[in-house]
Amino acid sequence: MTFSPELEARFEKFLTKYPPERKRSAMIPMLIYAQDEVGSMTDELIAEVAKRVGVTPLQVNEVLTYYSMLHRKPMGKYHVQVCTNISCLLVGGEELWRNACKKLGIGHKEVTADGQVSLEEVECMGACSWAPAVQVNYDFYHDVTPEQLDKLIDGLAAGKTPAEIHGVERVNP
Amino acid sequence: MLYNEPSPLEVKILTRRFGLPNSQSIDTYLATDGYKAFEKAIGMSQDDIINEVKASGLRGRGGAGFPTGMKWSFVPRNSPKPKYIMVNADESEPGTCKDRLLMEYDPHQLIEGILIAGLAVGSQQGYIYIRGEYRYLIEVMDRAIDEAYARGYLGDNILGRGVRFHLATHSGAGAYECGEESALLESFEGKRGNPRIRPPFPAVAGAYQCPTVLNNVETYCAIPPIILQGGAYFAGLGTPKNGGTRLFCLSGHINKPGVYELPMGFNLMRMINEVGGGMKGGKKLKAVIPGGSSCPVLKADECDLAMDFDTLAAAKSMLGSGGVVVMDEDTCMVKALLRIMRFYAHESCGWCIPCREGTTWLRKLLTRFHEGMGQASDIVLIGDLGKNMLGRTFCPLGDAAALPTISIVEKFRDEFEAHLNGEPCPYENRSRLVAA
Ligand SMILES: Cc1cc2nc3c(=O)[nH]c(=O)nc-3n(C[C@H](O)[C@H](O)[C@H](O)COP(=O)(O)O)c2cc1C
Ligand code: FES
Repeated sequence: MTFSPELEARFEKFLTKYPPERKRSAMIPMLIYAQDEVGSMTDELIAEVAKRVGVTPLQVNEVLTYYSMLHRKPMGKYHVQVCTNISCLLVGGEELWRNACKKLGIGHKEVTADGQVSLEEVECMGACSWAPAVQVNYDFYHDVTPEQLDKLIDGLAAGKTPAEIHGVERVNP
Repeated sequence: MLYNEPSPLEVKILTRRFGLPNSQSIDTYLATDGYKAFEKAIGMSQDDIINEVKASGLRGRGGAGFPTGMKWSFVPRNSPKPKYIMVNADESEPGTCKDRLLMEYDPHQLIEGILIAGLAVGSQQGYIYIRGEYRYLIEVMDRAIDEAYARGYLGDNILGRGVRFHLATHSGAGAYECGEESALLESFEGKRGNPRIRPPFPAVAGAYQCPTVLNNVETYCAIPPIILQGGAYFAGLGTPKNGGTRLFCLSGHINKPGVYELPMGFNLMRMINEVGGGMKGGKKLKAVIPGGSSCPVLKADECDLAMDFDTLAAAKSMLGSGGVVVMDEDTCMVKALLRIMRFYAHESCGWCIPCREGTTWLRKLLTRFHEGMGQASDIVLIGDLGKNMLGRTFCPLGDAAALPTISIVEKFRDEFEAHLNGEPCPYENRSRLVAA
């Protein structure tokens, strides 16, 4: 299986981070970075990572089913994650989640027909003091209002990039 | 950009560089006493460093509040195995959002704390286990680590002083349980994050079964100020046996939610009213989760207390991870507990039966109850399930689910009873918390 040169370079770096006889430590980091490029945990990807860290594909599969960010089927190009855990719940996280589902006509871990947007109701993402919080792929959005989430979802569903959608900006550098 | 305005009541020790231009860069760090504590520590003996940390009264900021100096002293000196420094940057306890800031605004302070821990126990290799959702922080930390290598603060012969230390980040992939120290180590080794039986503790058999110091991000970040200004200085900022300051994450129904660095022992009501700007909309306070969702809740009339580990333990709660969740009079406590239980049922790793089954049945019972289909006997059952889980699970995740359950059933029994009239939640029309 071939990966982009950037991902190959990253893999090489991962495999040198740990003692040589402990390559298995690189498995989960390799899987999550590979998922960003490949889209999901395909059989081919599992076999390739298994080979590189010196375990069987079954062992990789056994591990990856434990982790909520590793998906066996592809999510959307933009994976919109809405936190409804306690701090977000208190200030409207659940309304955000329900509105998002209604607007897109999809539910938890589902993808729009064109593959553009997917939704996930997630647990605390470490933004509790700036709740309610949303993540799109790896970017954080704080103090999100229902209007802002509408705007974000409409824009993404219409094929815009997050940067092209105004009035709702990611907060992380 | 800072995510919230600082408060004039803050005592800024760990957060003093927050908001400086380019606070992430090593140049800013060096210009503000950066790496001076490390240089000082190079000239100290291992015992001197550990004693200074003991004198500071620093207790782990990850949740349990174990004295850090003592933990470091458990690492065997004469082991022939390599020793590891492991950083717990899994930050996933609901209500907690402080390690994120410490890495985002001052990554070198964390690196310096790790380096000093390495000197204290004779370790030459560290890893920062960062939750997968914090991808941008993995990038921030990787850049800072590269800078530290380039400027000679990491490598085989640091500053030409014969010190060797290497450091790398490690990405998680979504699992609350991987914040539990032994599950973190399993996950780090490329396995499912199931907990390990203890003893042996990580200090003796941690990463790759080698001696390992495992602490929270904030714990390491407190080390440079302790070494530079002295353990006694740090201890003096807090209350007896509760040294220093801590980052409190205020969230919920208050006017100025945010992360604030306050002295240990700061009064909780002042935290809500003076630091947090008081209750939103002038509503009445109902309850507070004082240190992340795993802690027993406090009723409004129990909140006039000093926020340190011992005072909270005496009040039968916990200081926990610093996540202070404030709930007003319109909050449905059944709903709050239900949401917390959905979390624990989702995150239970399934390794031991009391936790896996206990959290799942609690979630089911609470769902039914909140929808108005509960029976009076369920109230007792919910409390009993919590009590039977407590202390009987393989790792403390079961306790984390049991403690809020037991306390909410005990302290807010009337709210459970109010759900017994066959109707959906009585708070539904009053509150932002509507039925699931
Ligand atoms: C279920 C569970 C989740 C935990 N999650 C975290 C976490 O996300 N971050 C953290 O630092 N400690 C977490 N802890 C506490 C760790 O097990 C450990 O006590 C801590 O990292 C030790 O560091 P400290 O002494 O500096 O606090 C968790 C504990 C449990 C039982
Ligand atoms: S509870 Fe939503 S980010 Fe923490």
